[in-house]
Amino acid sequence: MISIEGLYKTYTGKEGNTEALKDVNLRIEKEDIFGIIGLSGAGKSTLIRCINRLEEPTKGSIIIEDKDIVKLNDNELRDMRRNIGMIFQHFNLLSRKNCKENIAFPLKIMKYEKREIEKRVDKLLEIVDLKDKKLAYPSQLSGGQKQRVAIARALATKPKILLCDEATSALDPNTTSSILKLLKSINETLGITIVMITHQMEVIKEVCNKVAVISDGSIIEQGNTYDVFSKPSHPITKSFIRDVSLNIDKDNVDDPENTKIVRITFLDHKAKEPLIYKIIKNFDIEANILAGQMNNIQGRTYGNLVVGLKGTDDKIKDAIRYLKEQSVIVEEMKYNGSSN
Amino acid sequence: MEVLIETIKRVMLLMPMPLYETLYMVFASTLFSVIFGMPLGIVTAISEEGHIWENKVLNKVLNVVINIARSFPFIILMIAVFPLTKIIVGKRIGTTAAIVPLTIAAIPFVARLIENAIKEISPGIIEAALSMGADVKQIVFRVLIPEALPSIASGITMTIINLVGYSAMAGAIGGGGLGNLAIRFGYQGFQKDVMIGTVIVLILMVQIIQGLGSRVYNKLLK
Repeated sequence: MISIEGLYKTYTGKEGNTEALKDVNLRIEKEDIFGIIGLSGAGKSTLIRCINRLEEPTKGSIIIEDKDIVKLNDNELRDMRRNIGMIFQHFNLLSRKNCKENIAFPLKIMKYEKREIEKRVDKLLEIVDLKDKKLAYPSQLSGGQKQRVAIARALATKPKILLCDEATSALDPNTTSSILKLLKSINETLGITIVMITHQMEVIKEVCNKVAVISDGSIIEQGNTYDVFSKPSHPITKSFIRDVSLNIDKDNVDDPENTKIVRITFLDHKAKEPLIYKIIKNFDIEANILAGQMNNIQGRTYGNLVVGLKGTDDKIKDAIRYLKEQSVIVEEMKYNGSSN
Repeated sequence: MEVLIETIKRVMLLMPMPLYETLYMVFASTLFSVIFGMPLGIVTAISEEGHIWENKVLNKVLNVVINIARSFPFIILMIAVFPLTKIIVGKRIGTTAAIVPLTIAAIPFVARLIENAIKEISPGIIEAALSMGADVKQIVFRVLIPEALPSIASGITMTIINLVGYSAMAGAIGGGGLGNLAIRFGYQGFQKDVMIGTVIVLILMVQIIQGLGSRVYNKLLK
């Protein structure tokens, strides 16, 4: 559906050039809800803006349905944009137009007929559940309602792709959740491919089937959300995704110098063996549970357990080897969160 | 007491014609200055770096022209444009003739007001319109102007009030109006009461214009 290849974006400024995007490669399939997560300044906003060319890429190609949109001229670009809806962190509604007129705006630009616009607006208000706010102005709406209007507006021209630029970052947790549900249902019922950038992990966890992690202008990891979250491979991803509550401080352990800490990740409830019991019994070591957490990613779960092992070096090694043979992921950890 | 009423009566009787002339000059020049100043202001705003119709050279030229036009003292401008006035109106002095310098003085002022009003619009709203595939023309007429309307309205109110002041100066060179009345009867004719009366009328006029302007602004604000 969307294939980004070798994408670069360089800003030329007075104090030298800044590379906002460096060799970005992404494949977004039809009907994905594709999340791009990164810290502020990582380049995610530039990346999503390149997809509808609100930012001009410096190099590379973005192929949407067999067309390289980087090569389009102004007219073709405008036509292409009408197939890509976009919503924003600050909603960007026209302040002097009511809901109905805001939603009708893209249709008027495309010169739809009046009767058709009326029909389409009513249908969209129904989709976003705002029928009673048809004549309300943005200043009379809550943040969540404004984002619903923005979603309706973005969907007005029946686009195949919806870009979400930090669409829930200005909303409270409950409203975020309801907007995400709406996006998910739009994805399922209308078959729209959604690309969203966010710095909120919860957003990715809740709705994205795929995720890419961006750091310093490069994609450092991408894949199914469940895989990336349960088995992060890049150190930055790990630090980003993992809960700090699973970081163990020296002060929290009795004899830190002689204790080895390991993180065990259980995938999809596959922990049928009583592992902790077995390592204590078979390897003659002490195993102390230091922290634990269950995570749910759209119905699939994984658990993290941080265990402190105390015993002779050989026995600890054997125990770890044993654990690694099981259907769990074992990582040896240092204090304060970094892994070996 | 009777003397006072007599005086008020006498002064009031002098007012209708000059008041009409002032209103005529002010509203005609407001109308023309908005017609010419508005496109100038819009083009200046959107040709700025990073805006929807970036054109650095044009932007620079427009800025220089507007600044030059704004630096003329009105009294000098009025005399300087005499030849142009003669071409447009057929004569150099008179109420209708005064509309030419008044308009020319107000155009750059209006242009700046409109430019600022346009530049105040959040870039996000423009970006949203771009993302929907709107072209420059559609953004100007469907986004920028409607969104800037409240600021434009308060800018025009300011322009009208400025023009009331300028029109009094036009009176000094035969433009008629309340300024003329105050100078000819009041100042040169030593009729203090006429001068005071004129000032009171001007104060009321400005109050009414500002009051109406504020109401329009609030109506436009949604």
